[in-house]
Amino acid sequence: MERTGYVVLFTLGMTVLVALLLSALFYGTKEQAAINEDVFNKRAILGAISDHVEKDVKSMTDEDVLGIFNQQIEQVVLDMDGQVIDGMKAENVDMAKEKKKAEENRLLPLYVYNKQGGDKFYIVSIRGNGLWDEIWGNVALSNDFSTVAGVSFDHKGETPGLGAEIKDNPAFSRQFKGTKIYSDDGDYTSVYVRKGGAKDPTREVDGISGATVTADGVSQMLYTGIKYYLPYFEKLQSGKGKPVGMLVK
Amino acid sequence: MAEATTAAKSAAAKSEPLFGKKEKQLITDPLYDNNPITIQVLGICSALAVTSLIYPSLVISVAVVFVCGFSSLITSVLRNRIPKSIRMIVQLVIIATLVTVVELSLKYLSYPVYKDLSVYIGLIITNCIVMGRLEAFAMANKPWRSFLDGIGNGLGYGAILLMVAFFREFFGKGSLFAGSPAEMKIIGPSGDYFINTMAESGIGSMFSWYSNNNLMVLPAAAMFLIGIFIWIQRSRTPKLVDVS
Repeated sequence: MERTGYVVLFTLGMTVLVALLLSALFYGTKEQAAINEDVFNKRAILGAISDHVEKDVKSMTDEDVLGIFNQQIEQVVLDMDGQVIDGMKAENVDMAKEKKKAEENRLLPLYVYNKQGGDKFYIVSIRGNGLWDEIWGNVALSNDFSTVAGVSFDHKGETPGLGAEIKDNPAFSRQFKGTKIYSDDGDYTSVYVRKGGAKDPTREVDGISGATVTADGVSQMLYTGIKYYLPYFEKLQSGKGKPVGMLVK
Repeated sequence: MAEATTAAKSAAAKSEPLFGKKEKQLITDPLYDNNPITIQVLGICSALAVTSLIYPSLVISVAVVFVCGFSSLITSVLRNRIPKSIRMIVQLVIIATLVTVVELSLKYLSYPVYKDLSVYIGLIITNCIVMGRLEAFAMANKPWRSFLDGIGNGLGYGAILLMVAFFREFFGKGSLFAGSPAEMKIIGPSGDYFINTMAESGIGSMFSWYSNNNLMVLPAAAMFLIGIFIWIQRSRTPKLVDVS
């Protein structure tokens, strides 16, 4: 057995060395990692309007993604009453933190995409629970505030091949295009993911076999998540709200 | 000239060759005769968890080769200085440091892959193969050989991982290398898949009846596959069968 002094010294030396090494590496890569994360999140948002951007979102370079955000996307932050909070950018809202707040205090990020040619798309961010952990996504609504133009989902730990299909399988998110979040009578219904196949293709999409809980999570997330934005959309439609185009970027 | 060769020969006779027969064996043995998964039956948990797709399996394999090789090297360099009473902790610190290096580099170089694998990368720390090799080999052997042993075992692990992932992805999802730039969609019901592009126009999708096997996506399928690999390997090479 070694002397205790040697063991203590060895441990201390090793710890200090490892700590120095890792913190140096962490600070050295921090900046680029933050940019990577930013682009990753923005790419996910563009995924919701993939039909309406010029290039394929997956093959865009980082500069393309940031360019679209600088030139064609306005970022707004809303409170739960549908009031625009001045001076805040949507990308600075951390949805994971917002989800932990009491419902009435949450902030809602909204991205407004101005397509070349004049069409506007309103991209809302939603977050909910899947089977194992949180799931989240972005839903793009067309100018009528009822038709879904596209969605993109992501998740923290759903089962690959089952729940993870909400992100991995383009056929799942493709189904949402053209669905409506209001019934014919004008009641808010959101879009429902139905196990065994959609019965009403305007407001329902097919579920994923083997992933019922995740699919129910998606339905629930869509229902509550989009509902938060309705007060603002109603104001916009009735002309009372500040139209987004007037906002300073 | 002749003098130089004799000098080199005598030097080689004194020290062991850098890459001789024994060294080669250190790399090749874990690939088949002493495979960490099918023979030593280590690292099973991660082999079940990450192998539903080829691309993440490939990244994990490269990461394990790196961690296994360099942790063996570092441990072996320090083997006479590591206090015996805390050697396990020291080994763990070395492994954890290297894994963190992998994690930070992935975040720096390829953020989407980091996002897909973040949990599994951290789990390399608990991969029994890495620590097993440190305890069994690196603590008692010279650095160069330990390094080769680590690389060899990492490769042996990776080879099985990729084989399992190939079958699981092909039959479970009908694709290969999904998630990577080289993604190939081979067989499946919709027009996205290669097999249906061969259908003559008018017939539409030839394989619309085809449905992927969801069982292959579940971890249980990896267990069956590894079981089948072990079976094939031992019937091909009977000396590997435990007599007990």
